[in-house]
Amino acid sequence: MSEAERVAAAAAPRRISYREALREALRDALSRDERVFLMGEDVGRYGGCFGVSRGLLEEFGPERIRDTPLSESAFVGAGIGAALGGMRPIVEIMTVNFSLLALDQIVNTAAALLHMSGGQLAVPLVIRMTTGAGRQLAAQHSHSLEGWYAHIPGLKVLAPATHEDARGMLWTALEDPDPVLLFEHGALYNVEGELAADAGPVPIDRAAVRRPGRDVSLIAYGGTLAKALAAADALTGEGISAEVIDLRTLRPLDTETILASVARTHRAVVVDEGWRSGSLSAEVAARIAEGAFYELDAPVERVCSAEVPMPYAKHLEEVALPQAPRIVEAVRRALGAGA
Amino acid sequence: MTAAPPERDHGLHLLREMLRIRRFEERCAELYGAEKIRGFLHLYIGEEAVAVGVLQALAPEDAVVATYREHGHALARGLTARSIMAEMFGRVEGCSRGRGGSMHLFDAARRFYGGNAIVGGGLPLAVGLALADRMRGRPQVTACFFGEGAVAEGEFHESMNLAALWRLPVLFCCENNLYAMGTALSRSESETDLCLKAASYEMPAWPVDGMDVLAVEESARRAALAVRTGAGPVFLELRTYRFRAHSMYDPQLYRSKEEVERWKQRDPLPALEARLAEAGLLAEGDREALEREIAAEIDDAVAFAEAGQLEPVEMLERFVLSDPRGAP
Repeated sequence: MSEAERVAAAAAPRRISYREALREALRDALSRDERVFLMGEDVGRYGGCFGVSRGLLEEFGPERIRDTPLSESAFVGAGIGAALGGMRPIVEIMTVNFSLLALDQIVNTAAALLHMSGGQLAVPLVIRMTTGAGRQLAAQHSHSLEGWYAHIPGLKVLAPATHEDARGMLWTALEDPDPVLLFEHGALYNVEGELAADAGPVPIDRAAVRRPGRDVSLIAYGGTLAKALAAADALTGEGISAEVIDLRTLRPLDTETILASVARTHRAVVVDEGWRSGSLSAEVAARIAEGAFYELDAPVERVCSAEVPMPYAKHLEEVALPQAPRIVEAVRRALGAGA
Repeated sequence: MTAAPPERDHGLHLLREMLRIRRFEERCAELYGAEKIRGFLHLYIGEEAVAVGVLQALAPEDAVVATYREHGHALARGLTARSIMAEMFGRVEGCSRGRGGSMHLFDAARRFYGGNAIVGGGLPLAVGLALADRMRGRPQVTACFFGEGAVAEGEFHESMNLAALWRLPVLFCCENNLYAMGTALSRSESETDLCLKAASYEMPAWPVDGMDVLAVEESARRAALAVRTGAGPVFLELRTYRFRAHSMYDPQLYRSKEEVERWKQRDPLPALEARLAEAGLLAEGDREALEREIAAEIDDAVAFAEAGQLEPVEMLERFVLSDPRGAP
């Protein structure tokens, strides 16, 4: 292979799974900064409960790929302490449901410490966890509680929905002086996608327009982005041009991008795998009502999960979750109301 | 075992430190009555020998994690009476800019990590501070104070296990004052031998007379040396007693006046004074000089707090995030 061919091959985009993109981000962070380490249940010998950290123990050793006991509160709190002590810990929690066992440390300490100490103690901690349903894991492994965390001042909450963000958000989060929570939707780990050869850190302060459109804004994040894009595809057959916004960062919300989109399309459908009552979708809808009320040609529509603990049976789980056909129906309602 | 008498200077230092805490908190109680200090106020009076004794064993580069009853630890760690009093007055000159109050005293420069008002919440933090020291190869100790009430929390057990499993340099200081607010130890624990619980995590653990500052110091130095030199964590059960109410709202229905009086017979301040006098280390006028010096320090702290500024309300949202531009 000539030098020119080698360069071209290296620069070509690769097909890679979301899981591999996350692993590449971890490897990159561990290589860049010796203060970075990964800690959590089964991140080492097991390779991560969803296989994200497989191979990293062999590469970086047990001090930096640190298996913990099943003690969410202790190892999340230890992450906070280690961050205060000058490290850059990445704490992995198996699922957002399990993170409730560490809620005290996340909310009462990590989020509050900087303000409570009068600006003295910043907590540069990154916590990764799986969220969402779709894998028949029932009511204690499937919920989308990231909206709860997005309620808490002092936290930043990210939801990488694309391979680029899975690869790029981690390093930016580690460079942030404050606690950052990264929510990885469980249904995405096996999804293959293209990643540029030179993919690297990405900004974490803006939402992204994943597909421009004229008639309606579909506002989604994480595991619902693909469903919103599928709905947008289906709608083209009806002559409807849907814009798809990926929130990317759930706190702080990029209100500006949301409102600018609504100002273009005059209709909005918010898609959220969380439950409707008191959800992130409610916050987005409220901000649209506050900031773009006179731009709206129709009431804001929401497509959320049914308000039930997630059931095991496949047909029930499917109907409980936001799906592309329901998003399409919501768009039709929005357009009908405005017609 | 009775610890040997200290050198005169050190003996006077210990007496001064305990007396500072006592007088400082007596003044706090008055100022609470005068509505200068609000919120919850938890006094350490009776327990001074614990903080003062343990902190003798720490170096400036070591770390301290304390509870919501932490005025004593803060003073003994070197936070100024001025900065603590201003904090309780809610002034911007306070050690947490008036955002924390009595329960949340912080001082990053002195590695004083609060001021934690979640019972048991400080233990994981201490484990992490110690983990960072270990990973960076720094021969430092993290002293973690908590009450015996924390022993019932899951975070206690999770943290003890993690610290012992990873042999982290944490000095666990359990301040056993017999009551978790109003719940006696025997009413909340099936096993009341706290050292036995620590020992079940393969951690060296022993009880210490927390009313005897010399005994506390001696044990703390021994424990801190072991922790610092890589022996893993050590657990001290410091047996003490709170002379005052849990907070300013506590009618103390759960314990008898006789019990309180009995413990007051073991007040750590007169006990040390007697030890020093007995060893011929206390000169005439020493005590009076200390009292004068401390009264002046506290008067100055109160004047400082009174004269302190209120943070402009425009600053309310500053320090929610490090970057002031971070809007929600």
